[in-house]
Amino acid sequence: MAATLASPRIDSFAEFLEQDKAKDLLRFTTAGSVDDGKSTLIGRLLYDSRSVYEDQLESITKASAARNGGGIDFSLLTDGLRAEREQGITIDVAYRYFTTPRRKFIIADTPGHEQYTRNMVTGASTAELAIVLVDARKGLLPQSRRHAYIAYLLGIPHLVIAVNKMDLVGYDPAVFTQIERDFRAFLAQFHSIEPYFVPISALAGDNVVVRSRNMPWFQGPSLLEYLERVPAGRAASGSFRFPVQRVVRPNHEFRGYAGTVASGQVAVGDPVAIYPSGRTSRVASIVTYDGELDSAEAGQAVTLTLANELDISRGDLIANPGDPPLLSNTIEATLVWFDESPARLNKRYRIKHTTRMEWAEIKELRHRINIHSLEHEPASAIEMNEIAVVHIETARILSFDPYARNRTTGSFILIDPVTNTTAAAGMISAAVSSSNRHAGDDAEDIFWRIQNGELIISKKNGFENFYAPETLEALESLAAKIRSDRGGQL
Amino acid sequence: MSTLTHLRQLEAESIHILREVAAECQRPVLLYSIGKDSSVLLRLAQKAFHPGPIPFPLLHIDTSYKFKEMIEFRDRFTAELGVRLIVHTNTQALAEGANPFAWGTQRCCAALKTGALLDALRTGGFDAAIGGARRDEERSRAKERIFSFRDTRGQWDPRNQRPELWNLYNTRIHPGESLRVFPLSNWTELDVWHYIHIENIPVVPLYFAKERPMLVRGDMLLPLEQPFIPLLPGERPQMVKCRMRSLGCSPCTGAIRSDADTIPKIIEELVSMRRSERQNRVIDHDQDGSMEIKKQEGYF
Repeated sequence: MAATLASPRIDSFAEFLEQDKAKDLLRFTTAGSVDDGKSTLIGRLLYDSRSVYEDQLESITKASAARNGGGIDFSLLTDGLRAEREQGITIDVAYRYFTTPRRKFIIADTPGHEQYTRNMVTGASTAELAIVLVDARKGLLPQSRRHAYIAYLLGIPHLVIAVNKMDLVGYDPAVFTQIERDFRAFLAQFHSIEPYFVPISALAGDNVVVRSRNMPWFQGPSLLEYLERVPAGRAASGSFRFPVQRVVRPNHEFRGYAGTVASGQVAVGDPVAIYPSGRTSRVASIVTYDGELDSAEAGQAVTLTLANELDISRGDLIANPGDPPLLSNTIEATLVWFDESPARLNKRYRIKHTTRMEWAEIKELRHRINIHSLEHEPASAIEMNEIAVVHIETARILSFDPYARNRTTGSFILIDPVTNTTAAAGMISAAVSSSNRHAGDDAEDIFWRIQNGELIISKKNGFENFYAPETLEALESLAAKIRSDRGGQL
Repeated sequence: MSTLTHLRQLEAESIHILREVAAECQRPVLLYSIGKDSSVLLRLAQKAFHPGPIPFPLLHIDTSYKFKEMIEFRDRFTAELGVRLIVHTNTQALAEGANPFAWGTQRCCAALKTGALLDALRTGGFDAAIGGARRDEERSRAKERIFSFRDTRGQWDPRNQRPELWNLYNTRIHPGESLRVFPLSNWTELDVWHYIHIENIPVVPLYFAKERPMLVRGDMLLPLEQPFIPLLPGERPQMVKCRMRSLGCSPCTGAIRSDADTIPKIIEELVSMRRSERQNRVIDHDQDGSMEIKKQEGYF
């Protein structure tokens, strides 16, 4: 296959529009350590795809001359803030854009030092692919393993291991093969990841855009060719999930629910259920500014109207009742702690899950994951940049899926209510089963559901003795009655 | 596999962001700067809230040095859309003689743009200001969040930004603090023009090439709208076929030589263009890292 022409060069406007019909979007993240040449690689991708303008090039050429006395320092293209340019390091996530005739790319460029785990996690959260850079001279280092683990943790399906600086090892295939063997052995534990190994020189341009003449022993596509071909848009394949962002009610005739389809598809006439209440309805119309649609798919921002009038508000989840979400007020999740002040058990945090904001408390710290060894270890605290598995209890029931199945309905952030900082990012693994529940939990659930209007208690439906329960005991016995009526379900 | 093109994906992301602002912030306002990005932002807001109206007002910070064609376009376009427009001007600084030649660009921008903006946000009690800035415009903007936190003085601290994950935006603030929200963060200049084309969105005619009287000074083409631009000996305006690539205050916005008088021609010009969009903006180059410094002070 001939090398892909990276620049969006066109002969006519008609050709531009034609190209665009097939052009999709791929978000990827890059991680590497200070000297792995990550900034150089990104600078090279931007430069070779003609995404760098002459005046930007002039300004970095000037700076390159001042710093290292010759040659273009591509890393200066991406080091954005003055403080970083002075120190020569990247201190935060930066977003970069380039386009080829096939695809638009958004790069989340994150620094690789240990203390910036949070930046790597942030960049990885929206990515469908991660590039991990390995220095050919150094082989597989602990930080390479860490980057691969974070990609796995954040559910990134495609991992590219770019073995860089091949020019400095004489383009020796044995060096590349050894690193590939070592890395594959390590990756064997992460079943969800499909790795692609490519030997490159970001500085010299080998196998970045065009296949290298210096490495005829390597038969695979160049890095950019791979980026252009890897499948994107995975969310489309899941079950229908639609977190309600706003209730749209411009007049008495219209009542719609605005949101973005998080996964799957929906068509007019489809049966849907609203969670956590579980009430059911059918999709009456899919409304957009550009007219009504017959169907909508993951990623589309639309407004749904339903066949019957239900009490639905922001934070509710409209979903496929054939494959319902999990409902619970206690979840098991992996937390990445961001805040300088460590996590505290039983402290109140705000949890933002899809479009819902609730109060939450970390009830139990199961274990910490050692980012170096990836081993589980007992812990009594979670400090900044640490990763831990916890049980979290929320004031009201969440409707969710495990993160491995759905990145939108399986993720959340914790916000410190005093400082308003984003304290942690979380990925839900499961609903905590009732055997782990605490005494009084049932009563609390029932209380919140009554408060929330999700559970209407009336004499009519056989709850004579429980009408407007006020005491803990009354709530507990109400819960017991519901459980016996519903075969154990609360 | 998703069947949405990159542009429809960007559109959906922007709509999601606009709806989050409307749902979670108390008093949002849309910073309307009249340029192409503002035009796109308005269309996205119409789409986000359809069939309802746009649930927040527009705010234009008028330095009084904008092009006449911009103001005409603003008044006509916003009236057609039926949106509420607030115009705010730092009249005190103008009375004291603020202009880029008398005060220098840094001090002039600080008073007429940054100062006026912070003043208008305070006066209106706005807790979130939505703007059309994009990350591809300038190096320091590449690191800005979509929901960007500002302290009680309206200032940005690039080292203390909130992590932003998935599409979960943290909009929590204390009284007096505010947010800047950038729904077009992930768009590029080419995306914006492309969208204007397929959506048929009106933009200010200054973007299209035509013969205009300009002062030719070295590589720069300076419009002569304001009476205070000092002419060098022997300088006279000439008719030059040119257009504006970005719009700001007329004394600080140069034109580029161009024959692109339609959107398709502008797009063709852009894909072969070798200079960045903001190279004609005097204020970006008045000191090293100048956009970063202006943003820290509260500039948009």
